[in-house]
Amino acid sequence: MSSYSGSENKRSRDSVANVLIVAISLCMVCSILVSTAAVVLKPIQERNKLVDRKKNILSAAGLYDGDGDIDALFQQIETRVVDLSSGRFVDHIDAQDYELDKVLKDPEMSAAVAGDQDIAQIRRQEKVALVYLVMEEEHIKNIILPIRGAGLYSTLYGFLALKADGTTVQGLSFYDQGETPGLGGEIVNPKWRAKWQNKRVYDDTGEIRIEVVKGPIDIAKPGAVHQVDAIAGATLTSRGVNNLMRFWLGDQGFKAMLERVSLREG
Amino acid sequence: MNEESKKVVLDPLVDNNPVVLQILGICPALAVTTSLATALTMAIALTAVVSMSNVFVSMIRHHIPSNIRIIVQMTIIASLVILVDQALQAFAYDLSKRLSVFVGLIITNCIVLGRAEAFASKNPVGLSFLDGIGSGLGFGLVLILVGTIRELLGSGSLLGFPILPLVTEQGWYYPIGLMLLAPSAFFIIGLLIWALRSWKTEQAESPSYRIHQVHRQEVV
Repeated sequence: MSSYSGSENKRSRDSVANVLIVAISLCMVCSILVSTAAVVLKPIQERNKLVDRKKNILSAAGLYDGDGDIDALFQQIETRVVDLSSGRFVDHIDAQDYELDKVLKDPEMSAAVAGDQDIAQIRRQEKVALVYLVMEEEHIKNIILPIRGAGLYSTLYGFLALKADGTTVQGLSFYDQGETPGLGGEIVNPKWRAKWQNKRVYDDTGEIRIEVVKGPIDIAKPGAVHQVDAIAGATLTSRGVNNLMRFWLGDQGFKAMLERVSLREG
Repeated sequence: MNEESKKVVLDPLVDNNPVVLQILGICPALAVTTSLATALTMAIALTAVVSMSNVFVSMIRHHIPSNIRIIVQMTIIASLVILVDQALQAFAYDLSKRLSVFVGLIITNCIVLGRAEAFASKNPVGLSFLDGIGSGLGFGLVLILVGTIRELLGSGSLLGFPILPLVTEQGWYYPIGLMLLAPSAFFIIGLLIWALRSWKTEQAESPSYRIHQVHRQEVV
């Protein structure tokens, strides 16, 4: 093509009218595509998240190891609502209707956490929380607690499963985190999660003792049953796990409930 | 495939590699190569994004005004990455969780914008698509190399399968912890650049400044 028509094209390409036309139509096309994809795929994504959460609850309790019907396995789990300060189960709130996001926005059902007590940096805490109980006949076999707290780059969401004595760890799983893959992201690695098994959260006097420590743990020492090895190269994420454990298993968290349950189950 | 198409696809592998020659896309090369599986997934995701963004930029290349061309390219790239991210979350949820933030960070990968600006804005759709594939392959090659070294030496495994038995698993291999940290990727890529430029000397850049030698005549 001749250069004359080429430069004429260029002039109309850079005209104000063309700039506006290209910008507006591009934005419209892209917005429509992106929002259509988001809306159409949302139900599938929500379903994935729900299945993933159930998988993690089961995995924390050691009931799921890779295959199996999640819904069928979840039948043995009873979802209850507990009042954190008293430790009592609350029956007037239906566990199926409980949504953490809505609860945290409700000033009646949640409160801001005081700065010096907010070691997990969660800012707001619910007054009533969901707990998952693995039932065997009429007895509680495992208690699964939803826990969360600040990692390095993201909030870590997970489940801690305890045995019926309310202090021995059955398992741990994290279902949502945005930490660095290979470093902080290793909190989801089964090998690291396995380090939590059979650790004891409280000591014999009921004091919270569980901690994540740097450096090798001397298994000969009696205190070792309360210690978990931190992840190499992930100091801050490990500290985040440490802090959220101590928050949710402390007086601010599920301690009252665990004391009540362990007394009942013996 | 004709000569030009072959050149477009194969050049970015060795002769014009986006990572080791153009020095683009270093950040994901550091971040996702601690394990080979995430490195592979990132390479595939990037190849998909850069080839499709090249196609769309090339399709409208005669109409993009030059004063907003970068923003136009970024909008196309960002929309594509959002689509890829949404699709991954819907159809490959576990994989999307493993990659977490790094799928979104493909938008910031200089290779995507670099190819859109350098190639797709000036070339027809078919060639631009192939250029995207080629760049993705070049990027993927480096990621696989770095990922293999880092996972093998850092965790003693490849794709999760244990290769070197670790001392913690009653083996003999003490894993090199540095391999799990970002600086190791810097070192490996640096060594890769050095090795490649020793083999293909035409890639070595001429020094930008030469120290001027002065010979002293007087003796004190």
